[in-house]
Amino acid sequence: MAKDGAAAGDTQKTSMMNDPAVRSIVFQVVLLGLVVFVGWYLFHNTTQNLASRNIASGFGFLEQPAGFDIIQSLIPFSQSATYGDAFVVALLNTLLISAIGIVIATVVGFVVGIARLSDNWIVARLATVYVETLRNIPLLLQIFFWYFAVLRALPGPRDSYTIMDVFFLNQRGFYGPAPVMEDGFWTIPVALILGIAIAVAVSIWAKKRLMATGKQFHSFWVGLAVIIGLPVLAALVTGVPFTWEYPALKGFNFQGGVVMIPEFMAVLFALSLYTASFIAEVVRSGILAVSKGQSEAAHALGIRQGLTLRLVVIPQALRVMIPPLTSQYLNLLKNSSLGAAVGYPELVAVVAGTVLNQTGQAIEVIALTMAVYLTFSLLISLFMNWYNARKALVER
Amino acid sequence: MNKLSQFTIGAMLALGSVTAAQAATLDDVKEKGFVQCGVSTGLAGFSAPDDKGNYSGLDVDVCKAVAAAVFGDATKVKFTPLTAKERFTALQSGEVDMLSRNTTWTLNRDTAQGLSFTGVTYYDGQGFMVRKDLGIKSAKELAGASVCTETGTTTELNLADYFKTHGMEYTVVALGSNSEAVAAYDSGRCDVYTTDASGLYATRIALEDPTAHMVLPEIISKEPLGPVVRQGDSQWFNVVKWSLYAMVAAEEYGVTMANVDEMKESKNPEVKRLLGAEGEFGTPMGLPNDWAYQIVKQLGNYGEAFERNVGEGSPLKIDRGINALWTEGGLQYAPPFR
Repeated sequence: MAKDGAAAGDTQKTSMMNDPAVRSIVFQVVLLGLVVFVGWYLFHNTTQNLASRNIASGFGFLEQPAGFDIIQSLIPFSQSATYGDAFVVALLNTLLISAIGIVIATVVGFVVGIARLSDNWIVARLATVYVETLRNIPLLLQIFFWYFAVLRALPGPRDSYTIMDVFFLNQRGFYGPAPVMEDGFWTIPVALILGIAIAVAVSIWAKKRLMATGKQFHSFWVGLAVIIGLPVLAALVTGVPFTWEYPALKGFNFQGGVVMIPEFMAVLFALSLYTASFIAEVVRSGILAVSKGQSEAAHALGIRQGLTLRLVVIPQALRVMIPPLTSQYLNLLKNSSLGAAVGYPELVAVVAGTVLNQTGQAIEVIALTMAVYLTFSLLISLFMNWYNARKALVER
Repeated sequence: MNKLSQFTIGAMLALGSVTAAQAATLDDVKEKGFVQCGVSTGLAGFSAPDDKGNYSGLDVDVCKAVAAAVFGDATKVKFTPLTAKERFTALQSGEVDMLSRNTTWTLNRDTAQGLSFTGVTYYDGQGFMVRKDLGIKSAKELAGASVCTETGTTTELNLADYFKTHGMEYTVVALGSNSEAVAAYDSGRCDVYTTDASGLYATRIALEDPTAHMVLPEIISKEPLGPVVRQGDSQWFNVVKWSLYAMVAAEEYGVTMANVDEMKESKNPEVKRLLGAEGEFGTPMGLPNDWAYQIVKQLGNYGEAFERNVGEGSPLKIDRGINALWTEGGLQYAPPFR
């Protein structure tokens, strides 16, 4: 700056305001000041207004007892739990339906996307019909369809559909047996984790060997055997340390076992099938983006069709697919908020609905809800960006 | 609508200045020429629109009474249907001037939520409705039942309290609006529907076959339902509060829609004060002196409104019960007009 000024002073005296360096600093300071001032003004005015209207403020309400019940909770929740607990329950319900929804949507989306490119005329047309129907009907309507037209039409508890008196399906949900843990049950999850670890290790070793020697190893089947075999072995050795609790009709409803409530099913079906139709298109476009020459070259080298798809086409297609896939996952998470429309106890229904209404603290509650969606959307984004970077073209 | 009002209140609280927030509601109402009244989304007898979109009911008559008091014209009201979830944010954000929609007066709502309940339109209590073919005679037999209710209400809280107190398990299906909760019950998603007893009777007559359903005898809570205004505007608070009292007092002194003109000449000075024939009681509230006369002239007294909307003159046929005047063993009581 001083140097510029000196240089300029030699020829012609310029005003400080015409110095680009000074100017840019001045503008940035002014902008920062303005942003801070607006932020302070909003905060200050809000608290003032809340106080003048005698509306309680702050997040102290999260420690107050909630006093209501929630139909589905992954952690113990009773009427004496706090609003904070209700928030956690709702958050877990949102994450549960999003996580399962993402898995189903991805699997269905890949299958339909590949089917749409199939040489089999009927398979390809069926996939086209699926995509064009589901992605063109609003998600809310699809939720209503599943909830009101399909699940509400089921019979009452006394006339349930049943499979061997173990699984029951009625208007109140889908009931199945639940394992009741006994002593020594811990060995089974430990064996499962061990099995997964071994399977991962084997596949890394097999890949190294393949690269070094060219010898193939059936790491997939070995891995699967270990993942299933170890827990089964653990169960047998410890003498099957659990029993099944079967649902049974007692009084009004089925008691015991596990239940999938119809609100959950309706939202899950609608959410995953709707998103799958978009993912199918992402998959199709990704595959079409890989030039035909790639698979022809692979065939010329004598690589079989399946292997060509797995080793040549998909890895290249993934590069195209990951960014749009990320936005589909983000959409699914955010769309899960539509569950509020049928009373699925997710974040919007419980926190932005019940908690807001019982406490009356709209600003805190809405801010909290928005912060949660923002946080989890950014986390998904971060993960997918990391995955994208891994899959990106590495120039050698 | 719901989301909108939640964000409006945020934006309004953040941007609106403190002085504007304290502006007198009465002046605003006079300036725009009508009362914006928040009512329920449809509860027969209390606030429900007919096929032409005209609202009627006991809660609606309270809105109209306020309009009659302010403008001398009971038709100068506009109604905003609100679900339980939306009602308080709509009031706090200034979307409505007052609420008159079967809302229970509680301590927390009066103190921590910036609301003021002006009185009690209807003394109610929470009950349960079940299908007759279940063969249930008492709420104590409801262990294990699925219960449909509207979310964000005192009903939801009383329900949890009741089942806990009696050591019974239950499944709550909490839905976003009353009509959704009723539809869920009707389709068989729940064994039980719960809300205030008045609401149960109103709901039952609207069901396809009312005789297939019954209301259980237990009343599990106190639900004083009344009009609500924003806290911190005592002038408007008084207008709404005394509009209802005027109807109750009119019944007590035998002033009806039919005889209100003759009663102006009454020998009872209390009646003369009520109807503005003696003294200046409207002016300090910012109202014309014949404010209470206009209410009774156009809407009748509390008893007439009750009979017309929910009592013998209506399909609901609800007994006066504790909503009778204090002189007849009920709880309705108006402070003196002097």
